[in-house]
Amino acid sequence: MTTSTEPYVLNIGPQHPSTHGVFRLRVVMDGEKIKDLDMIVGYLHRSMEKLAEERTFTQNIPFTDRADYLAAMTGNLGLAIAVERLAGVEVPERAEYLRVIFSELQRIASHAMANGTLISDAGAWQTPLLYMFREREKILDLFEMTCGARLTTNYMRIGGVAFDPPLEFWPALQELVDELPDRIDEYHELLVSNEVFLARTRGVGVISPEDAINASLTGPALRGSGIPWDLRKADPYSVYDRMDFDVVVGKSGDVYDRFMVRMSELYQSVKIIKQAISQIPSGAHKTDIPLALRPDEGEIYSRIESPRGEIGFFLVSDGGPSPYRFHLRAPSLINLSLLNELGRDAALSDAIVTLGSLDIVVGEIDR
Amino acid sequence: MSSDTRPATPMSRQIAEHRSLLDRALGLPKFILVVLSVALIGFVICQILIGYLVVSGQLDGKWYDVRDFGNAMVSLTDAINRSQMDSRIVSTLTYLIPALLGATGIVSVVGGWLLIGPWAERRLLAKFQIRQGPNRTGPFGLLQSLADALKLMQKEIIIPRGADRFLYFVPPIAVFIPAILGWAPIPWSPKMSYADLDVGVLFVIAISSLGVLAVFMAGWASNNHYSLLGAMRTIAMMISYEIPISVSLLAVVLLTGSTKLSEIVMWQSEQGVWLIMLIPFAALAFLFASTAEINRTPNDIGEAESEIVAGFYTEYSGMKAGLFMAVELGNAILVGALMSTFFLGGYTFFGLETWIPGYLILATKIGLVYFLFVWIRATLPRFRLDQLMGFAWKFLIPVSIVLMFLTAIESSILVRWDVPSFLSLGLIALVNITAAVGLTFVWMRVLFRDNDLSAPPTPILTRKMGGLQAAKVLRG
Amino acid sequence: MRTPTQLSGISVSEVLGKSVPDIVTAVTDEWIEVASDRVVETLQWLLDSDEFDAAQLSNLTAVDRHTHIEVIYHLQSLDLNHQLVVKTRTHGMDPAVVQSAYPVYKGALLQEREVYDLMGVRFEGHPDLRRLFLWDGFPGHPLRKDFLAMPGRITSGLEGFPFEDKDKPIRPINQENVETGVAYVVTGETDENRPETDLSEDRG
Repeated sequence: MTTSTEPYVLNIGPQHPSTHGVFRLRVVMDGEKIKDLDMIVGYLHRSMEKLAEERTFTQNIPFTDRADYLAAMTGNLGLAIAVERLAGVEVPERAEYLRVIFSELQRIASHAMANGTLISDAGAWQTPLLYMFREREKILDLFEMTCGARLTTNYMRIGGVAFDPPLEFWPALQELVDELPDRIDEYHELLVSNEVFLARTRGVGVISPEDAINASLTGPALRGSGIPWDLRKADPYSVYDRMDFDVVVGKSGDVYDRFMVRMSELYQSVKIIKQAISQIPSGAHKTDIPLALRPDEGEIYSRIESPRGEIGFFLVSDGGPSPYRFHLRAPSLINLSLLNELGRDAALSDAIVTLGSLDIVVGEIDR
Repeated sequence: MSSDTRPATPMSRQIAEHRSLLDRALGLPKFILVVLSVALIGFVICQILIGYLVVSGQLDGKWYDVRDFGNAMVSLTDAINRSQMDSRIVSTLTYLIPALLGATGIVSVVGGWLLIGPWAERRLLAKFQIRQGPNRTGPFGLLQSLADALKLMQKEIIIPRGADRFLYFVPPIAVFIPAILGWAPIPWSPKMSYADLDVGVLFVIAISSLGVLAVFMAGWASNNHYSLLGAMRTIAMMISYEIPISVSLLAVVLLTGSTKLSEIVMWQSEQGVWLIMLIPFAALAFLFASTAEINRTPNDIGEAESEIVAGFYTEYSGMKAGLFMAVELGNAILVGALMSTFFLGGYTFFGLETWIPGYLILATKIGLVYFLFVWIRATLPRFRLDQLMGFAWKFLIPVSIVLMFLTAIESSILVRWDVPSFLSLGLIALVNITAAVGLTFVWMRVLFRDNDLSAPPTPILTRKMGGLQAAKVLRG
Repeated sequence: MRTPTQLSGISVSEVLGKSVPDIVTAVTDEWIEVASDRVVETLQWLLDSDEFDAAQLSNLTAVDRHTHIEVIYHLQSLDLNHQLVVKTRTHGMDPAVVQSAYPVYKGALLQEREVYDLMGVRFEGHPDLRRLFLWDGFPGHPLRKDFLAMPGRITSGLEGFPFEDKDKPIRPINQENVETGVAYVVTGETDENRPETDLSEDRG
């Protein structure tokens, strides 16, 4: 007599201890293998794009804070750059350097969180996460010192940055930047040769380069598969063309490569911050723009490199103070295009680890 | 300027103002320091006195010899036997009183551990994670376990619809039974073990199988896919890892020539060697397999929090879930006790047990093994289920069996060979260690000949951007 | 506004028009426009061509222009480091149908679902077209201009900002760019592709 099995449906989320946010996966499983994977999002949909049509461009900057809440600085920067390109606003040099410093600090904080949560998903009871949070805490303290908020910073403005950092900021930043490479080495040592971690992540969730490009993947997910594409070097914005840094590319496109790309980008970010500190001039920290900027009629699609990938802003202006159409191209949502293929015929634990390696933020997915 | 010297950010201020434990201890009020130092000096003097009594042999065997509560028990049973009571009452009492007192002792040990265990584990885990554990509820957070227990007790018991009523209520209790029964054969002192069974080792192995039943009932009765999935994973893992445990214990039995736990400890004490030095692979296999039996990281796939919430006890609320979590801790020290008894010499320490009570030595060893468990939990991520199973069936079991055969040969030689023990035991240890290491290497090569065991690749640094063409150029 | 690395629509249309005549319906400096039923052909040609090598679909959005809906594709080439913009428009508001870009770019999978959900544009050839953010049976498509606009107005947008200079013109958003002025009628459409949610299956 043969035993018959039937597939069953398992719901992972929307509340779950894995720290991804309100994200629901509906998994049809046959034993331990996944037969079908379906994601259900929209639990955090706040109709940001519709609300943006009723607000001026500057009033829309806090929306970008809440979209990708783990990388608020880069979200703000993306919108500011988009509006500046559309309206032709010049940004003073000091503001550009400040923007670079804060974007890279945000990148370090975001990658620390992303990698830490990946290892927690693999089951390490948050120890590596808390080690990385030590540095993230210091960075968030720097943010608080400058703009008053740790997470939803609302720091970039159209034409510059909101505030000039206070006097205590620079020694604290210097201290952080001096000790960061040693700390990153510490994390490297702890994790890179940990056999259990390697066993969980090598060869898991492999994305081929052709698939990655075709599925519009960007950021560490794309670079992990071997494609050297980073908007900071390919389509430089702000003063990144004056910075000397490398772009980290993986080899095989598995979870381990994406993890290592993020780890190595930490070193590059520190390098950029050091150069920015040495090159920053004195001057104004923003240009004066009208209260409700009215760009000429037209549209623009402008994008920057956020820690998750290419965050793009599509703005259509009709000459009024508010945008006619505001669209935020969310890297987290688009990086999930391959989730179904990656999850099929994988073990549940592998699917969870793959999801963690794609580094999603649900605020960005749902907007 | 104070702004130059004072650290700028809250985090740096916290780090600068952190005081070490010694600092805080010396900062206590003078009165408390005086009282503590007087107590300490008095304690040391008492120990010296007792030491003198012990050395001059005046204490041995007396009922007030606190090194071994078994002496008191023997005196009590003698007194009952000599009393002029009805023989049936006498026989009942001589059976009942030691049983009750011993059971109270075991339950209080386990219960006491459950009071400070969670606190100890959380603070230790926090130390590994650069943070402080509970430090608010009571001084140093000592009342945390009590607060947790009270919180869990007052929670509403939500029974899922469709849950099998009887099978739902049994597991929290049933899972405690092996955690307490397992303490029965463990010797705490030469005359102090609750039930020194002649088949102690078999009893231990049998008890460890009872836990599986409770997990199964919990997973099934919850009427929930998560629970069922967690239960299936846990059961598969637990029954797979029972075999390495049995084989390791078989090696122990072969060497010591007895299945009685007190005799195993005696053998280690007489030979002056711990079994972990003689059969290290069996000891490590026992340790690793035990973490699987008790569902601790790296083998806690059954309750993988990030994947399936809480596995087989997802649907339990309040104290029922509390019991499951508590039993994990209780099992941990039980495994610590078993490990110490079998491989670390039990209550003996190369002769120190004539001075210091054996149960204190055993408690220290249990603490050390428990520390090891927490250390492993803090550092290692968990294995995937198929990796766990592969490890058990493809590596641990074959290698343990081969080494057990080797141990069988060695033990028969040991009995017949007439040389000083350090020579024979040293030779055995050497042979075992080389065999274990060599076999591990060879077997790993065989098992993983298809896998790429090379070092993980380091990422490439580049400055030329591009798409597929540039990727091809990079790959060379 | 054309960014420096964005190719001029005129040059794109010239090359494209030579190989596939009559496919481009409108051209400006920034973008080219094609018919809504020839989208796959265009995108496939751009992907395969050596000159443009539009390997990646950066962004897929839609804009509600009151009489029709514009769907915009931002393509980019990673090797040649340039971008192009391709637009298409639906024939009306109701029904708004466009060919799906999924056969060419897998990245269009979720972005087209989002456009369907929020704008109501159906993509023919999409394997799994259902709502992404809102639930099955939500009445209407929120990002459309006539969905629950602020009271007293038919469409969204700020006319002026309270503390601006007095000489800034008030943007007459209700007069010049609203051509029909007809309020949106809820048709109560449901997602046919989505399987019935059988709650007895979903346990746990």
